Amino acid sequence: MGLFKRMELVVKSKTNKLLDRFEDPRETLDYSYQKQLELLQQVKRSTATVVTTKKRLELQRVKLQQNMQKLDRQAKDAVTAGRDDLARLVLERKRSNELEIENLTVQIGEQEIEQQKLIETERKLSAKIEAFRTKKETIKAQYTSAEAQVKVKEAVTGISEEMADVGFAIDRAEEKTENMRAKSAALDEMVELGALDEIGGGDEIERELRKIRTTAGVDDELARLKEEMKR
Amino acid sequence: MIIRIMNEGQYEVNDDLLDALNKLDNEIVELLESGDETKFREVLREFVSMIRENGEPLSADVIVESDLIVPPEDLTLSEATRIFSGEGLIPD
Repeated sequence: MGLFKRMELVVKSKTNKLLDRFEDPRETLDYSYQKQLELLQQVKRSTATVVTTKKRLELQRVKLQQNMQKLDRQAKDAVTAGRDDLARLVLERKRSNELEIENLTVQIGEQEIEQQKLIETERKLSAKIEAFRTKKETIKAQYTSAEAQVKVKEAVTGISEEMADVGFAIDRAEEKTENMRAKSAALDEMVELGALDEIGGGDEIERELRKIRTTAGVDDELARLKEEMKR
Repeated sequence: MIIRIMNEGQYEVNDDLLDALNKLDNEIVELLESGDETKFREVLREFVSMIRENGEPLSADVIVESDLIVPPEDLTLSEATRIFSGEGLIPD
């Protein structure tokens, strides 16, 4: 079975549950409408969470940018004291800091995209809910006809598909945001401990790779710094 | 026919497109099995843009059931695996 058949099954299993829930299709309409309004609130809450996380990442980036100045000063002090070994260590830390700033910038960009997507989802869902409300009232007014029963099924099926879609979108956005919050909390701790070079935690390969990136160019940077200080 | 691209919206697409879509769908399933994430994402993107380029987006106030539902273009391999294993992907 292909991917789109699977996707369809995932979505449709939701729809059928709702249609089987009530004897009277009119109740299905009201219940569905209630659920739509709840879902809209959920989208709004998700957007707020994404915005908060983005702000937190931005603050972290500012902190790291300020840290860069401190590291610059330390590197110079080490050179003045004739301690090249110490200066190298500081420059590695500075590089690590820089890498983290780059990472944060990427993550902030991703959160921005999530935010825009959720805003668009909210806009579309609002339009659908309004259309559903109108339809619901029309169907209820002419409910005696058999045709109306078919219309209930159509409207509910259509909107349920939309709701499953939005539910999926919220879930994905929240998962991404949750991951970022966790990383962000870990980063705070590392900065606090002055242990940025330990990022990657227990993953030895990740730490090794990071070491390569942070040590690369340190000698050049040290030479450049000495040259600069001579002037 | 009407196709829903998840997390994006619905499109009215000519039925002729189905063969081409089916072909890519099969390719995606094979890639999913081989676990080639880069290629998987590439083909999925191609699949989704084919719908977008050949379709007309439905207006936001139209409420209608889709004939086909396809995953979002940025679906990851691990999310796709979850869809295939039948694990709950959409909250109740």
